[in-house]
Amino acid sequence: MTVGIRNPGTAGQPRRRPAVPNGLYRAGLSVAALVFVALLVAFVVDLVVQARPAFAHFGFSFITGTQWNPVTAHYGALPFIVGTLETTVIAMVLAIPIGLGAALSLSHLLPSRTRAVIGTAVEMLAAIPSVVYGLWGLLVLAPWARTVIEPAVAFVFGHRGPGGGSEIGVGLLLAGLILFVMVLPTMVAISRDVLAAVPTEQIEGALALGATKGQVLSRVVIPHARAGILGAITLATGRALGETMAVTMVIGNTPAITHSLFGTTATMASIIANQFTEATEPFHLASLIAIAVLLLVVAALVNVAARMLVRSVGRSVSAIAVA
Amino acid sequence: MSVLTLDPILTRRAEIQRTAEASLGRRQRHSRLLVGLTGACVLVSLVPLVAVIAYTIERGAPAWSVDFFSHAPTPEGIPGGGIWNSIVGSFIIDGIALGGAIPLGLLVALFLANSNSRVASGIRFVTDVLSGVPSITIGIFAYGILVTTLHHFSAIAGSFGVGLIMLPIMIRASETSIRTVPTDLHEAALSLGAKNAAVARRVTLPTALPGLVTGLLLAVARGAGESAPLLFTAIGSQYLTTSPFGPMAAMPLTVYLNGIQAYPDLQQIAWGTGLLLLCIVLVLSVSSRIAVARLGRIRR
Repeated sequence: MTVGIRNPGTAGQPRRRPAVPNGLYRAGLSVAALVFVALLVAFVVDLVVQARPAFAHFGFSFITGTQWNPVTAHYGALPFIVGTLETTVIAMVLAIPIGLGAALSLSHLLPSRTRAVIGTAVEMLAAIPSVVYGLWGLLVLAPWARTVIEPAVAFVFGHRGPGGGSEIGVGLLLAGLILFVMVLPTMVAISRDVLAAVPTEQIEGALALGATKGQVLSRVVIPHARAGILGAITLATGRALGETMAVTMVIGNTPAITHSLFGTTATMASIIANQFTEATEPFHLASLIAIAVLLLVVAALVNVAARMLVRSVGRSVSAIAVA
Repeated sequence: MSVLTLDPILTRRAEIQRTAEASLGRRQRHSRLLVGLTGACVLVSLVPLVAVIAYTIERGAPAWSVDFFSHAPTPEGIPGGGIWNSIVGSFIIDGIALGGAIPLGLLVALFLANSNSRVASGIRFVTDVLSGVPSITIGIFAYGILVTTLHHFSAIAGSFGVGLIMLPIMIRASETSIRTVPTDLHEAALSLGAKNAAVARRVTLPTALPGLVTGLLLAVARGAGESAPLLFTAIGSQYLTTSPFGPMAAMPLTVYLNGIQAYPDLQQIAWGTGLLLLCIVLVLSVSSRIAVARLGRIRR
């Protein structure tokens, strides 16, 4: 690789550009870092300041209130907190076993060439923009959910409780399914990395004692990567909590708690995307921003926890898995 | 013969052998089941990828035409029209975002790569956390800092939000790349009397260039597909606008705003735009991977 002085023609008479003193250079870098940190601080402060009217007026009842009514200016965030938890649980119940299974296959079972190709393909899922998932969910998956998935789920639950209500396609279940697809690459990519980091000696030791492939995976590989897998789960959960556009397009955006898998509801992120531009009443805007503050706090905590878990395995999360 | 079979040691041995064989058989069945299940999981993970891409091509390709890429939308009900304004808008918004994110990202990355202090690891940590923050909250920040203060929706506010989404990706990828530059090179330049700034500009950054480009591509791939931070900043427009201080259309916004309409012709525009977006993002992300692979080969 060629480095250093690039232009031999002028090597004899270097350009007379005044050299930047080391002190100034270091100061410049520090200033850049400071600007970056200041941006982050401004981020948090700005949101809190914008949300203050809502927190000041409603207090703690903002979190426990079940009514969200711009007409009477009553704002309680509970329906969206519940909606966020419900969609996240549906997504993770599917993503944990399937993601872990795929990660095991990609880290230890498939031949290395297939591994690379499929691994890249699954990571491509992470690159697809959220709106494209939303479009696909709304226009392709929703009709299919109405005619195939929802009747099947309703049958399993006996048309009551979570399986009751009218099957219209959009709603909680569809949002959960889309989220599952969207968090899967995070789950697979990080679990694969931590599973692949299990020392070969341990695996070979188990094989030497007569363990089968399955036993090696379930008794050596998975227990050894426990903390990292937990980190992957937490990080995927963080993505599911904050995912906005795709969910907004398929959940129906009704500000009420639903007890049916087919009911329309809203998540914290989706209600902001759905109502922000039409919020004319000042409390409405402040309340939406207050939801954003709650979302930010939860997402930041989940991310901090996830990164500590993954870091404890001694591997930093790869850039692609984050994106 | 009967003496042999009645021999307690041999009986025991046969028993052990039977048990062992039964155990091995059972364990191997379990193992095959587990391996089979993991294979099924891989297939299930690939289905959505194929389905999303296939449907987007199937529904989006018919929307593509010369007009689609060269005209702004026509008024409701009039056929024709395209997404030229969204393409231009996305370029302007993402371009301005990059204009801010590249210099700041590079400087912060240089700062982090040259330091192992507590401050640096703190910044590294919050950068990672920032990349996991929901993009909609970043949109609200951009709204609060640039829309409420300027009193109108603007593309520049959208750029600010997109830039903030690109920054953590740029910083972390650039830092990793800068750290792989051999210390010898750095020290050789210093020993020749070069100042730190000159070393960074002439040695470190050129050597780390492939990695920097990879980070850049990943950041653009991520930023270009985001619509949440544009929703209440650039807000979208039916017309071709080029002033960064006014409302502007963008491809992700066009997908969202048309996609949620009940009219098939608007949905068609959404699919067509979605396909274009998908192509751009996948090309960026594949080329960043190729860059990584090439880089790895050179280094080895």
